[in-house]
Amino acid sequence: MSNALTATDLHYAYPDGQVALTGVSFTVSPGERLALLGPNGAGKTTLAHHLNGIRRGNRGWVEVGDLRLDDGTVAEIRRRVGLVFQNADDQLFMPTVGQDVAFGPANLGIAGEHLEKVVTEALAAVGAEELVPRVPHHLSGGERRKVALATVLAMEPSVLVLDEPTSGLDPAGRRELIEVLETLPMAQLVITHDLPFALELCDRTLIMDGGRIVADGETAEILGDEALLKMHRLEMP
Amino acid sequence: MGVGHAHALYVHEHSIIHRLPPETKVLGVLLFVAAIAVTPREAIWAFAIYAAIEVVVVISARVPFTFVLSRLLTVVPFVLFALFLPMIGEGKDVVFVGIPLSSEGVWSMWNILAKSVLGATASILLAASTEVPDIVRGFGRLRVPAVITGIASFMIRYLEVIAGELTRMRTAMVARGYDPRWLSQARPIASSAGTLFVRSYERGERVYDAMLSRGYTGEMPAIDSHTTSAGEWAVALFLPLVAIGTAVTAFVTL
Amino acid sequence: MHAPDGFLTAGTAMATGAISVSTVTIALKQAKGQMTEKMVPLAGIAAAFVFAAQMFNFPVAAGTTGHLLGGALAAILLGPHVGALVVTVVVVVQALAFADGGLTALGYNVLNMAIIPAYGGYAAYSGFRRILPQGRRGVVGATGLAAGVSVIFSAAAFAIQWLFGATAPVPFDTVFGAMVGVHTMIGIGEGVISALTVGAVLSARPDLVFGASDLDRAQLEESDRAPLRVFVIASVLVTMLLATVVSQFAVDGPDGLEAVAEDTGFISSGQEHGLTDSIFADYATTGINNEGLSLAIAGAAGTIITLAVGYGLFKALRPRGKVLGH
Repeated sequence: MSNALTATDLHYAYPDGQVALTGVSFTVSPGERLALLGPNGAGKTTLAHHLNGIRRGNRGWVEVGDLRLDDGTVAEIRRRVGLVFQNADDQLFMPTVGQDVAFGPANLGIAGEHLEKVVTEALAAVGAEELVPRVPHHLSGGERRKVALATVLAMEPSVLVLDEPTSGLDPAGRRELIEVLETLPMAQLVITHDLPFALELCDRTLIMDGGRIVADGETAEILGDEALLKMHRLEMP
Repeated sequence: MGVGHAHALYVHEHSIIHRLPPETKVLGVLLFVAAIAVTPREAIWAFAIYAAIEVVVVISARVPFTFVLSRLLTVVPFVLFALFLPMIGEGKDVVFVGIPLSSEGVWSMWNILAKSVLGATASILLAASTEVPDIVRGFGRLRVPAVITGIASFMIRYLEVIAGELTRMRTAMVARGYDPRWLSQARPIASSAGTLFVRSYERGERVYDAMLSRGYTGEMPAIDSHTTSAGEWAVALFLPLVAIGTAVTAFVTL
Repeated sequence: MHAPDGFLTAGTAMATGAISVSTVTIALKQAKGQMTEKMVPLAGIAAAFVFAAQMFNFPVAAGTTGHLLGGALAAILLGPHVGALVVTVVVVVQALAFADGGLTALGYNVLNMAIIPAYGGYAAYSGFRRILPQGRRGVVGATGLAAGVSVIFSAAAFAIQWLFGATAPVPFDTVFGAMVGVHTMIGIGEGVISALTVGAVLSARPDLVFGASDLDRAQLEESDRAPLRVFVIASVLVTMLLATVVSQFAVDGPDGLEAVAEDTGFISSGQEHGLTDSIFADYATTGINNEGLSLAIAGAAGTIITLAVGYGLFKALRPRGKVLGH
């Protein structure tokens, strides 16, 4: 049984020379939930962008299931890896929620009644079917986050990568999101500063700092290690 | 040209007009306004018909008359200009209540008044009965190139976001005592405009990344699947065709 | 400046509509080549920026405020093709969805508010860049001057359209003088705000200024405090000079030759009855002076504007060294 996702020795530097990833390697098993912690500037978001190929370095590679990422496979990889961005407004770019959720599957060639069904199911999975005709700008933070998740679920990914999913949410919104994520069967990699969230949702945790993975283990163990957390500018509340 | 632009004109109702597919309404309004524009100004009876048509639409769309009238205020400057035409027009050949007027000016006044008010009313009724994203979808279905409707869609989506950011910047500046009255004090405003452009552009780059992540290959996907029935076209185009018939008749009989 | 229906004749509406559609088609093709797949979201968000910027007012004098048109600014930031396209979409959506500007007036509204300011403004910008010093100050100064000039072009264009398709017996020279005169103040405001905005963008992300893509790092780092003021003042003076000379020229002048209009065929005596309102016939009968001079002004202004738009198009159609948007 192949891994849901494997990253091997990823390196990346920005066009202006600034180095972001200095050799990142890790695996995610099918159905596993993995938290990715680290200080700001550690390269977490850049790493997320590598996992579906919107950034590509010149060293290392990414495998999703049995498929290695390259020019020929990038379209399929982007279907398999569902990336939920930090800022939902950047991800909800169509005039209505319904059109936003339809965008992804439509690009895969799905149309007509089948498309409508896919959209409805994706929104139902996050508890937001009634939001179909709404304008994204008028939604609350929690609703936007859920719809952003639905836009990605509509493509039937095998791995979800979520970048700071609880940031900006009120306690009720946060609770709703946790409940939704717990019902989703696919593997999840969650980048977060919300340590209690990581503890509740994820069995395994990675810490990233200075462009590479510096810790990988059971969530409870890692979050219990105060010294380790402090070394990487983290702290349990 | 003022802040009036972005105030959405949509009036939320469930009328027969509201339910019509947007492309039928867009085409209908375009035909209607074209008919008005080519009608010779001397055919006053024709303009009465156009006004009657608009009253019918206002009632069917359940849009309040006061709403339409208040939105018509944007044509007031042009109306005022038109009202002066009999007095400033060349060739004073008519006397009215002791004032020498230009008959050509009077006709021009009528022409501009009738056409601009009727035209503006038609536009207002379209906007009142059709939400902005649907209007964009409507002209997409009328075979306007996908790139243009794509640009329009993104513009609609992010207009309030960007306008909101600009307002917040202004508020922050005002809170720090900025109260410019002269152009020479406008530097901070332009500075904030520049910052806003950069932020907007960077947002555009992130949106592009999000589009790529959901499979975008350069062509906007076809999401629309509604097929408009002949009946819907008939309902929408009936009155515009009456208007066209009126225009042709006016043309021919003059 | 969003003219309503009925202001100009149907014939003018159709002719300007045809010009606008053809130019937008060219702009579309060029824009796609310049920015590839990123174009739609970036242009869309830029359009939202222009729309929002147009809504907000800046101080002009003693508390009165003005609004930005943005065509020249869009062309200098995004390139003339994308700039023209972006402002066109703004104007079209304003008419269709916000009832701002007549639907039958779209032909000339798009031409005057998007196409002419973008291409004409860009041409003026290229011209001014040549005579101003290289570097940041040149870019900012040229922007200010070009933006001011673009507003004058826009006003003059409307007046010329009035010459051919007016629906009221107000003579061309009056309209020309009034339009250009009024738009002087607007042009100065537009110039100053555009220049300062481009300056701000240059400081933060110089790669986002299409018109400055020929500058290298050293040139970008110049300080521009004092020289900026100089160029702002220069832009004010140039715009005022241009407007004053041009509008005075139109308003004053010796008696014209009425027959010239008929002989040169400017009047098409086969005008469809009722379709237009017999403007030239009226000009002849109501004895307007300055007609020959008016036509000369119209010809000169029209030629200048056409040359400017054409030059802007031509310059932008040539392959460039550095391209925005990778």
